[in-house]
Amino acid sequence: MARYALRRVLQAIPILFILSVLLFAMVRSAPGGPLSTAYRNPNVTKEQIDLLKKQLGLDKPLPVQYVKWLGDMMQGNMGDSIKFRRPVSEMIAERIPNTLILVGVSFLVTLIIALPVGILSARKPYSLFDYIATTLTFIGQSVPVYWLGLALILVFYVAISNPSTGKPLFPAGGMRTIGGESSLLDMAWHLVLPVTALSASWAAWYSRFLRSSLMDVLHEDYVRTARAKGASDRLVYYKHALRNAILPLVTLIGLDLPSLFAGALFIETIFAWPGMGRLFWDAARGRDYPVLLAVVMIDAVIIIFCNILADLFYGILDPRVKYD
Amino acid sequence: MTNRSLGSQILRRFFKHRLAVVAVVMLVVLVSMALGASFSPYSPTQQDPANPFKAPTAAHWFGTDELGRDIFTRILYGGRVSLIVGLVSTLLTIFLGVAVGAISGYYGGWMDNVLMRITDTFLTFPTIFVLIILSSFLRELPYPWLKNSVLVVIVIIAALSWMWPARLVRSLFITLREREFVTATKALGGGDAGIIIWHILPNCIGPILVSGTLQMAFAIITESGLSYLGFGVQPPTATWGAILSTAQVHVYRAPWMAIYPGVMIFLTVMAINYIGDGLRDAFDPYVVHTDK
Repeated sequence: MARYALRRVLQAIPILFILSVLLFAMVRSAPGGPLSTAYRNPNVTKEQIDLLKKQLGLDKPLPVQYVKWLGDMMQGNMGDSIKFRRPVSEMIAERIPNTLILVGVSFLVTLIIALPVGILSARKPYSLFDYIATTLTFIGQSVPVYWLGLALILVFYVAISNPSTGKPLFPAGGMRTIGGESSLLDMAWHLVLPVTALSASWAAWYSRFLRSSLMDVLHEDYVRTARAKGASDRLVYYKHALRNAILPLVTLIGLDLPSLFAGALFIETIFAWPGMGRLFWDAARGRDYPVLLAVVMIDAVIIIFCNILADLFYGILDPRVKYD
Repeated sequence: MTNRSLGSQILRRFFKHRLAVVAVVMLVVLVSMALGASFSPYSPTQQDPANPFKAPTAAHWFGTDELGRDIFTRILYGGRVSLIVGLVSTLLTIFLGVAVGAISGYYGGWMDNVLMRITDTFLTFPTIFVLIILSSFLRELPYPWLKNSVLVVIVIIAALSWMWPARLVRSLFITLREREFVTATKALGGGDAGIIIWHILPNCIGPILVSGTLQMAFAIITESGLSYLGFGVQPPTATWGAILSTAQVHVYRAPWMAIYPGVMIFLTVMAINYIGDGLRDAFDPYVVHTDK
């Protein structure tokens, strides 16, 4: 298994290399490039632009710039933000924990909803509960996350207010109350709306997926054998069936990670959550290319890493899987 | 046992899925609304500075936006863009995916290896981030066709989605290429291209259609999302996402602006999802229909 993990990590290197070349070429081939705002500013003279170019190393040919950028990246030096004149690594280090809090809590909430709903739906298919759950999952799968976020703000911030204080029920943005004391409770209060918006569609997908995967498994021979041996219903479901039904879900979650980060991008933008997604969005609007490149590369590394993790986890859950 | 063609059997099974039929009707209504947008007395882009932020009335069913434009009209025109982006990018995605998957699955060997490595690489891209970078930087390149943001959005969505149908079609081809009818056609002197297109591909229609519906839902949500973030179809062209984007700024003054475009995206995507569900059941002869 260690050899398999090592091979997967080695395979990831060319993928990251291709991605970095493509992204670099794309971002840097745009005319004006990172200095387009400087070009448009009538107060900036030609000499100043040349000086800026020299300072940022933009006067050298693209391949040379790429090699330098790659070398710097490898050493953890992601360059300086053009807009904020700060090291990108510093900015990202500030933001990563916030994104992980948002995604992590949403992911937990998703599992807390999706697992029981999926299991109950599969245990009693075509029951009233199953119909309601199925309808809700279809709704959840079809609601765009950005609109759900906006709708939640509309309802719980604009329309409904706390009757005792007259203030909005939930905050519409940020991580903590400005000027207030930062506490875990305060952050939890700020998390309610973004996490609800983010988990709704994942919970819908996963519970639906688990339902169909459980129902497939329930027709398997070993489930019938377990029943024939007189195993209790609970034992059949939770020990024999669920363990196998959860396998495809692990793969799905691994493959699905890009969409989890995409959802976080929207939610962070809407709720002014100071995470990587928000940072990326601001950087994309300001053409702050060192930030753009760094965020995408880090996200790609996280995605690849989690894919490998999901595959390894699969092997732990299913001893039949052999790595070679 | 009555003698029915496979096609009519599938159609019959589809019509048993009541919600899917409702979804088809809903989609037809949505498409006709988009097609009939020109019947609206208002223009989607003409500004009316005297009437900004009007709440819904008989004259303006969905109210007006910050520039006094009729939101209902803008939603109808926006529907054209969203539906066209959804449909065309899905066709492109399926075409690319089927081509890659068919070649990969049919020939196997080094070709399969190379194509699948490329597919895997694309699958690890953080999609939405790459889409945003592509959309914002492509527009600045000095080619006139790149100024057409609708076209750019269609192409980049397809460029980052073809991997899913490719993997699906490949797995179908790997099993189907070993079947007797393929061996028989080969023995009769059939060429590879003919076997792929006329003999194996028709057997994959069901799963491809289902993945097409998933893709179309994804494309519509993604286009609206990109436009919502300001990196999709560019103003003044109305799209559901773009209307939502301005709505967020004015959510306190004009909450109705945020409601309707979202409802349209939601209804369209839900209709497509239900149609996909119906197709899945219709093409799967093992599905038992209980009262549905």
